[in-house]
Formats: sequence, C-alpha cells, structure tokens
Amino acid sequence: MIEKQTAISIRNLHKSFGDRKILDGINLDIYAGETFVIMGPSGCGKSTLLRHLIGALKPDSGQVFFGDKDLSKLSETQLDQIRKKFGMSFQSSALLDSLSVEDNVSLPLREHTHLDPNIISIIVKMKLALVGLRGVEHLMTSMLSGGMRKRVGLARAIAMDPEIVFYDEPTAGLDPVMSAVIDHLILDLSKKLLITSVVVTHDMNSVFRIADRVAMLHLGKVLEVGTPDEIKNSKNKIVQQFIKGEIEGPMSVIEKEEHSMTEVTE
Amino acid sequence: MKQILHLFENVGTWTKNYTIVLVEFIRLSSEIIYWVIAGFFRGRPVNHAHVFEQMVFMGAKSIGIVFFVTFFTGVVLAMQSAYQLSQFGATIYVASLVSISLCRELGPVLTALVIAGRIGAAITAEIGSMKVTEQIEALETMAINPVRYLMVPKLLSLLIMLPCLTIIGDYSGMMGGYLVGVFNLDINSTLYIQTSLKFLDLKDIYTGLSKSFVFAAIIALVGCYQGIKTKGGAVGVGQATTRSVVVSFILIIVADCVLTGFYYFSNM
Repeated sequence: MIEKQTAISIRNLHKSFGDRKILDGINLDIYAGETFVIMGPSGCGKSTLLRHLIGALKPDSGQVFFGDKDLSKLSETQLDQIRKKFGMSFQSSALLDSLSVEDNVSLPLREHTHLDPNIISIIVKMKLALVGLRGVEHLMTSMLSGGMRKRVGLARAIAMDPEIVFYDEPTAGLDPVMSAVIDHLILDLSKKLLITSVVVTHDMNSVFRIADRVAMLHLGKVLEVGTPDEIKNSKNKIVQQFIKGEIEGPMSVIEKEEHSMTEVTE
Repeated sequence: MKQILHLFENVGTWTKNYTIVLVEFIRLSSEIIYWVIAGFFRGRPVNHAHVFEQMVFMGAKSIGIVFFVTFFTGVVLAMQSAYQLSQFGATIYVASLVSISLCRELGPVLTALVIAGRIGAAITAEIGSMKVTEQIEALETMAINPVRYLMVPKLLSLLIMLPCLTIIGDYSGMMGGYLVGVFNLDINSTLYIQTSLKFLDLKDIYTGLSKSFVFAAIIALVGCYQGIKTKGGAVGVGQATTRSVVVSFILIIVADCVLTGFYYFSNM
C-alpha cells in the first residue's frame, strides 16, 4: 500500500467499565481518505472504541490522536473545535424528533456558522440531494422510514463538510436492498467529498462491499488488520469463524453472550 | 453484631450515593445558570424562538389547570374559614384571610406543584427520551452543548412563566373566595373586594412571587437533572419522570418552609 497520511491513530487504548475490560490495548492507524471498517462480534468493544474516537469517552490509559492532537488531553472547548470536523451517523439515526428534517440537517450550520438562512436552506437541499432525498425538508422525522432516517442522519453528518465521518452500524435494521443503498452512499460520499470514513459494523456483506481496510476486534483486542482480501484469507480461526458465521469454533458463544450482557448493563 | 455492621454499611452507601447525586446536581445547575448569564456575553444568546415556544407550552397552555386548582382552593378556603369565623360573627374577614393566604402561600405553592406535575415531568420525559435514543450524544458530537441548547431555554421560560401563572392563580383563588363570600355569606360585593385589599400589603404579593421564582428554578433544574441522568430505555424514562415529580414536590415544600420561615422571622 502507498504510504498515506494518518488521520487518526490509536495507541495502546485501555478502557474498563467496573472490573470488566472492554478495550485491552488497542493500536490502530486510520489513513486519510480511506474507508476503514471495524468489525467484531456484539460486545467486543467496537462501539466503545468509536465513542473514544469521537471524544465521548475518556480512556483509562492510552491515546487517541487526531492529527497531532491527543483527544483525551483536550478541554471540552478544544474538543468541540475538533468535533466540528467530525460527522457521525448513529445506529438509531439520533435525529432530534422535535424538529423537521430541514431543521435537523441545518442544526449544526445554524449553531456554528453565521450563514444567511437562505444559504443554509440551499446547503440543506444540496446535502439531502447527495443522500438521494428530495422534497422531504418539511416532514417531521417521526414520519420517516428507517432507511430515510439513516439518510437524513447522514445528510446531517456531512452538513459541516467534515474531514471524517463515523458510522455506527449503518446498515443495522435495514433490508438487504436498503443496506446496499446505504453502502453505496458511504462509498459515494467518501469519493465525492474526499472524506475519511470509519465504519463500525458486523454486517459481513457491508464489510466486503465498502472497506479499504478492515480491523477485526475480539474481546477488546485487535485480532487482525488488513484489506478485505487479506481478511478473507486470514489464517486466524476466530476471524474465519466470524466472517463465515459458524456456531462451532474457537469463539465461544457463551463467553460472547456474557460479554455482551455486561455491555448492556453498563 | 453483623446486623449492626450491615446497618452502618447501608448508611455509608446511602450517604455516599446521595452526596454524589447532590454534587452532580449542583454542578449541572451551576452550568445551566452559567449559560443563562454567560450566553449573552459569549455571543451565544439563547435561541429566542425556542424560548417563546417553551413559554407557550409551559405558560399559556397551563392556565386552565392552574385556574381550576386555585379557583376551587379559593372556594374551599372561603367556606372553611367562614365556618370558623362565623362563630365570632366575623365572616367579613373571610375576604382578607383568603386574599392573604393565597398571595403569600397557597397561590405560589399550588401553582408550583401543578406545574411540577405538568412541566417538570415533561422536561424530564423529553430530555430523558432524548438521552436514551442517543439524541443527546448526537448533539455533543455536533459540538452543540446540550445544556445550552436544551436546558437553558427551559429554565429561562419557566422563570418567566411561573410567576405569571402564580398571579393568575392568586386572582382565580380570590375569585373563588369572592363567589362564596357574595353568594353564600351575603357579603356586599364592594365590601368584599375592599376588605380583600385592605389587609393585603404589597410585600404579601412580592414575597409570594419571590417564592415562585425559586420554585421555577427547582422544577426546571430537577427536571433537567433527572432527564440527563436517565438510563435504560422506556422504563428508565418512566422512572426518571416519576422521580423528577416526587423530588420537585419535596423540594418545593421544603423551600417553601425555609422561605416562609425567613420572611416570618425577618418580619416581611
């Protein structure tokens, strides 16, 4: 692979909730412009990892670098400056249900810029068009279908022209066709807007459709990092069991459930 | 022996937990109050549209329920005091008793309790469900401070609207008393109004209104705190809402006692 500029680097990241280790020494580099997928079984710590990347959680030890800035050492105000360069698409879309579609997408623009309302309205239309939505500006978010909510969430994530967009389970709860549409959209956006995409998912179809590189997480550790082909041909039995979805294998299901239960209770 | 140790352990845990809650509550409250004031100076004033929207919801739409509660309280108060005062042939003083006790005490407290039930619960339910559906987190990721964006307009609107509602409550309570006085006790209408106002000092009204400011702060801050601390889906939202109303009720009554004591001993 050509030497690329690092957008985010994670160094020896540890996090525990109570006496349960969720992240156990994560080291990863995410390059600018690539689509990086973090996959792993439920409860392996991938959502927790994502929350560290956006600065929502502070690590017990270790660092997350955005450029040359250590996120855990920044004040709330400095963190907010960095967050303006982030976009995040949530698993549940997390649209504000008291606002219309237009107000949702324009919210970061209204809060952080002094643009004229007419210009904001044009930007909103453009962003919605980018995710393939037209004429929905005045709908309330409660009237939207799951796929539409995801797309409005995406439009909101790219409203401020971010450098990096984080996707938390972008295809969870969607039908296969809509999943493919969202995957296509992720690729499309990263190509058109030249953004770095970090995707957390356990949808294997999605992983092999969109990823430039994949990291497999298991029990708070990175098992393997590589291109989709490298992952497919991995010799690691846990990786093989996971991508093939087999019940029998080194990844104990009992252990997995125990782990995911603790994540629910946290 | 073991039981005694256990008791000490429980008391310790209890104290620790409630101290944490208290510290967190004070921290959130000071952050909200900080943004109410600092917003103007830091060029991030409160969203006016948002405040007006909240004022309509909290104020204008609560007039009905405040009217009913205080009106009937006024009626009951007049009948009960007439029952006592008639023994001394002093039923005319029903008027001043009703007006003073409403303005000083019952108006602010009853209005606050009604609003705690209606608005405090709504604040907690709204923020709580936003918390459990990741909406609060979404705001934070967009670098929008949820305290400034969500909570400040709520506190500000309630601080404006609760005293207004209290004035309406005072009036409607006195109106209830007036109806009993004029139609049941056969007091002359003009005389009733005159007696109502004769013993009513300006300080009776402003001590009452000053209480309602404190109550408004209690309702909004407790509502926001319980909302932001919500955990665990729909059940969690339900529990937080209940807790919000219960805690507001208790704090309103306690604050009322403290403030009344303060006014009483300082002869206000």
